Amino acid sequence: MAINVFKFSSPATFYPLAGKMVPWFAFVAVVLMVVGLYLSLVVAPTDYKQGEGYRIMFIHVPAAWMSMLIYVVMAGWAVVGMVFNTRLSSMMASALAPTGAMFTFIALWTGALWGKPMWGAWWVWDARLTSELILLFLYIGFMALESSIDDPRRASRAGGVLALVGVVNIPIIYYSVQWWNTLHQGATIKASSESSMTDIMLLALLVMTFACWAYTIAVALTRVRRIILEREGNTRWVGDMLEDKSNG
Amino acid sequence: MKARHKRGIFILVGLVGVGLIATLVLNALQSNINLFFSPTEVVAGKAPQDRTFRLGGLVEEGSIQRQENGVTVHFGVTDNAETIVVAYTGILPDLFREGEGVVAQGKLGPNGLFEAEEVLAKHDETYMPPEVADALQDAEDAKNAEALAAPQGVTQ
Repeated sequence: MAINVFKFSSPATFYPLAGKMVPWFAFVAVVLMVVGLYLSLVVAPTDYKQGEGYRIMFIHVPAAWMSMLIYVVMAGWAVVGMVFNTRLSSMMASALAPTGAMFTFIALWTGALWGKPMWGAWWVWDARLTSELILLFLYIGFMALESSIDDPRRASRAGGVLALVGVVNIPIIYYSVQWWNTLHQGATIKASSESSMTDIMLLALLVMTFACWAYTIAVALTRVRRIILEREGNTRWVGDMLEDKSNG
Repeated sequence: MKARHKRGIFILVGLVGVGLIATLVLNALQSNINLFFSPTEVVAGKAPQDRTFRLGGLVEEGSIQRQENGVTVHFGVTDNAETIVVAYTGILPDLFREGEGVVAQGKLGPNGLFEAEEVLAKHDETYMPPEVADALQDAEDAKNAEALAAPQGVTQ
């Protein structure tokens, strides 16, 4: 007998479950962030070429990874929502978008701060930077489109189509440094070969990345709870829950 | 066929279609998306004439020459096949070094000298502490010295 996953696709079941999960992920995020920042700023050695300036990487790289990962997850939820007509999936997609946009902005911003001292320019219209900027516009477009349509189901469908079309941008961002010549350097950490970075730097980078994951989950779950209340506000279970709360 | 299968297939076909369009467009724009031309491409005449473009490659070892006026620098940009000499007046980025990547924006003069308005340093994706870099350099120097010291005729 399989576990009934559809049970948790009901907002009424998921709302309290998400509420229980949020503090755990928030706690993990804070712990990992403190450890990660200590490793990044204190333990990791100076770089032979870029000196101390390279340390901005420990924010820049996790943010850039998250910006792409969150988009893929968001588009995945949007597809599930469109195919299975599950309300919660579309709400998850909406809940992830602002965090994805934030990480995209952080990646672009820290990239500019890193680019000025190392390359000599805040911004260059190379393939990597331009495609990442397009990603920011996709996130903003998704949020604007969804909020401009009043009916939640139609809003989710329109947003879902946009999210899905935008997915083609993700491999373009990732492979841009291989497909074209760019000012941005290639990938340091590859699945196919050993990373070209000292182990302690890699460790710091991974801890920071997991901190961002935990943060994203905590924030997205908090946000999806708000969205559930907003969209299901006139249903029976929300009414019952509010009544319980005011009585208890 | 259930309605949700239909929707799934519809989405899949749509995604493949969008991917195909993106591939074709990017393929057509290939040369416009590349940030710079390599010295080989410039020598082959692929770079625009009388118009600003970017030249990218490595700064040739031992090619950096400060001109007599003290502010203009000449250096070779190479891709290990061809070399273009670049003239630049201004402050070079910190990471500008011999053997390192560089992207220069400017025009190719009639005498084959590339007059740059902007020079950007391109660093690679390797990060390590200075001690490790020194150790690697020492190891390489030792290897080179050994190769030089090896008696002639021993190699086959």
